[in-house]
Amino acid sequence: MLRQASRMLVQRATAGATRQITVGAALREEATTDHAKTYLDAFEKAQGEGAFQANLVPPAFMKDWMKKAPETTTTGIADKLTFNFYMPHGVEMNNAEVDMVLVPGKDGDFGILPGHVPTVSQLRPGVISVTTGSETSKYFVSSGFAFVHANSQAEVCAVEAVPLDQLDGEAVKASLNEYNTALVNAKDDYEKAAAQIGIEVTSAMSSALGN
Amino acid sequence: MRRAASIARQMRVSASVQNTLPTENFALQGVAEEGFLAPFGVRHASRQILQQRMKSVKNISKITAAMKMVAASRLRGAQAKAEAAQGIWQPMTKLLGDTPGVDVPNNLTVCVSSDRGLCGGVNTNAAKQFRAINSVVSSLGEGEKEFKFAIIGDKGNALLKKELGDGLKTLVVDATKSGVTFSGASLIADELLKIDTDATRVVFNKFKSAISFIPTMSTTLSAEVLEKRAEAEGFMNEYEIEEEDRAPLLTDLAEFQLATNLYVGMLENYASELGSRMSAMDSSTKNAGEMLDKLTLTYNRSRQAAITTELIEIISGAAALEG
Repeated sequence: MLRQASRMLVQRATAGATRQITVGAALREEATTDHAKTYLDAFEKAQGEGAFQANLVPPAFMKDWMKKAPETTTTGIADKLTFNFYMPHGVEMNNAEVDMVLVPGKDGDFGILPGHVPTVSQLRPGVISVTTGSETSKYFVSSGFAFVHANSQAEVCAVEAVPLDQLDGEAVKASLNEYNTALVNAKDDYEKAAAQIGIEVTSAMSSALGN
Repeated sequence: MRRAASIARQMRVSASVQNTLPTENFALQGVAEEGFLAPFGVRHASRQILQQRMKSVKNISKITAAMKMVAASRLRGAQAKAEAAQGIWQPMTKLLGDTPGVDVPNNLTVCVSSDRGLCGGVNTNAAKQFRAINSVVSSLGEGEKEFKFAIIGDKGNALLKKELGDGLKTLVVDATKSGVTFSGASLIADELLKIDTDATRVVFNKFKSAISFIPTMSTTLSAEVLEKRAEAEGFMNEYEIEEEDRAPLLTDLAEFQLATNLYVGMLENYASELGSRMSAMDSSTKNAGEMLDKLTLTYNRSRQAAITTELIEIISGAAALEG
């Protein structure tokens, strides 16, 4: 019983704060579902006027399929960062508890620790390293976005991400050369831009591999 | 595949004809229907027709069973892909919001449908929602509204083309043929971004299980509308932005959101299509089996009747000779 005492005390102390956070979340929820309500009201009205079939069920919205963010019950700064790492073809990390994330922002790398200021940043080709305890996993990302929310939650949407150790140095070198020649031989602006993007990504890869 | 489709359609028709007829009369009715009159004195013409019919029903059931298996095996992959894409759109919607009821003058509605038929109610469902959206959105707010449309998938085009007329700006077919990819979705998004619009609503069927799907609508706002909303509602205020101006960032975010919404919509719709096809083909196979059973029964009865008649003829002939 006594072992649980401190936890219960903390819970009691934070109960008010928790409620506040939930109320805040609910308010935010209400502000965003407002649009859904507008739509549903208009749907009902139009249906009543016979604009379309009377038995048609209103559609669901993307909002309805959102994953619930984990409840944050602590006040102040959490000791861990809740990190989501998404790609179009997979979910690398979902609500992972990590210590630090290093992100290649468009205007320079930045580190995300618990309690970071809310930020939105576009990514450039580079390395994302995720530190949990003494372990660090590194991924090479092509592009995407990084979001840091209040209450120590961070998200990365990468168009393509691969673990760094899966990059083949030789292949990177070969394609860098290929893009360099393509840039020299480019006939129009489109080819030139495509080659420049290729060079940007492959040179980022090769510098990530330490060449 | 096309042949299988036409055969299966025929089968559906003949199955419905069969259901309305009493089993006993079936063979005769079938003969009369096809205008196939046997020459005088031929006894077994109806049995031959029955035999042919049994053969074709058997073949059809083989084809629908194969289509079911193919859909089932593809469904597994499509479902896994749709599940894997559950992450990518969430941060966008969390930040920029989902605003189905937004009242803006320029509206683009996109219908995601399948390229192939024989998949139950997937496409009609999406088309119904598509029509409803246009009347619902036009009743929002006061101002005049302009509508533009885009369709992904050939079947949606077949259902909606006539009523849309000039409003149809973009049509994409065979997008799911070689698998839905993010780059494919981005290409379509690029195409849609050329259309001048304030809000893009995408209708698709969200996959729930092999037998059920839920019509869903995603809404993506244009960068200008986002900028206005950001000023009015201040949802971006708490976020720190590296650049001086948030407009370019909002443009990038809006474009990325459109691509992710399309990607998710296409993946989910593809999975729904396959699930629906699987159950449609399952019931077709079952119907064909039932039909074959009834035909076999009729065939055996008529054969038995013919044998009995012949026996009676022989016996009565013999009796007449003896007497």
